Amino acid sequence: MHRVLPFLFLAVTVPWAFAKVAVPAAPDPALEQRVMTLASELRCLVCQNQTLADSNAPLAVDLRNQVREKMRQGSSDSEIVDYMVARYGDFVLYRPPLKLTTVLLWFGPLLLLVGGFVVMLRRVLRRRPAQDFEVTASEHKRAAELLAGNEAERR
Amino acid sequence: MNRFILPLAIFVALVALLGVGLTLNPREVPSPLIGKPAPHFELPQLHETAKTFTEKDMLGKVWVLNVWASWCVSCREEHPVLLDLAASGAVPLYGLNYKDKREDGLAWLKGMGDPYRLSIYDFDGKVGIDYGVYGVPETYVIDKLGVIRYKRIGPLTPEIVKDKVLPLVQELGRA
Repeated sequence: MHRVLPFLFLAVTVPWAFAKVAVPAAPDPALEQRVMTLASELRCLVCQNQTLADSNAPLAVDLRNQVREKMRQGSSDSEIVDYMVARYGDFVLYRPPLKLTTVLLWFGPLLLLVGGFVVMLRRVLRRRPAQDFEVTASEHKRAAELLAGNEAERR
Repeated sequence: MNRFILPLAIFVALVALLGVGLTLNPREVPSPLIGKPAPHFELPQLHETAKTFTEKDMLGKVWVLNVWASWCVSCREEHPVLLDLAASGAVPLYGLNYKDKREDGLAWLKGMGDPYRLSIYDFDGKVGIDYGVYGVPETYVIDKLGVIRYKRIGPLTPEIVKDKVLPLVQELGRA
């Protein structure tokens, strides 16, 4: 019996442990889904290359709670985004709005690409076509010899 | 020789651009709150829990709000600067004790000196969120009309107080 006991113990406790992990963070999975979707669009200010959804910094947790609370109160996603931007600026947005200050951010890469193309195009167009060159009679003769395989004899 | 000038110029410009980028602090995100009315709060005071304090109590005065916490390492570094600023009497200094345990906050002020006229107690950090706080310590200069005129993210240094805060306070005081 004492050999079976540990197995019995595991059989009883393991599902319980899994069940504990699987419990959703909020009683309302749909709401939680919405919170996480929006949070993944927002930057965590403390750990700047993580989203609010990824981060476990205390401020990120607070802000997620704030998002959840606002959603419960019936705020739309864009209202919540405005709420965040009013406090932390456009920097919280992973997809910043198109403004005068963000024009370079949005079109910089395109500008570099176009610039690269222009440079390449100019270089290609400027390259002169291979010139026709005159082949002298002696060169013709030597070429014919090489093709005939008479190289060795000449040496 | 001529054909090296353009690539060299581009290279130098790139180095200059990246060089400037290196001197910038990515943590200092420009606050959208500058030039906006200070967000409303009404919070209990740290010492006298029965009393509250709101930003409206300060209308008509130029004042400084400093966000601090006993768990904040840079606050320790900043503290002597705040004590000096308070001692100079140049501007009323108020504290916002951010996400702290009340007894820890009180012990901190008792042990290191209390530069604040009073501190308000923001246990759950809600007011901190309204003020866009994300890197304690943070400092706000608020004018007579209750508009935020300056925000510093990170510790104040004697240089920042001398070059930025005090001139601004003087200028706002005259207005």
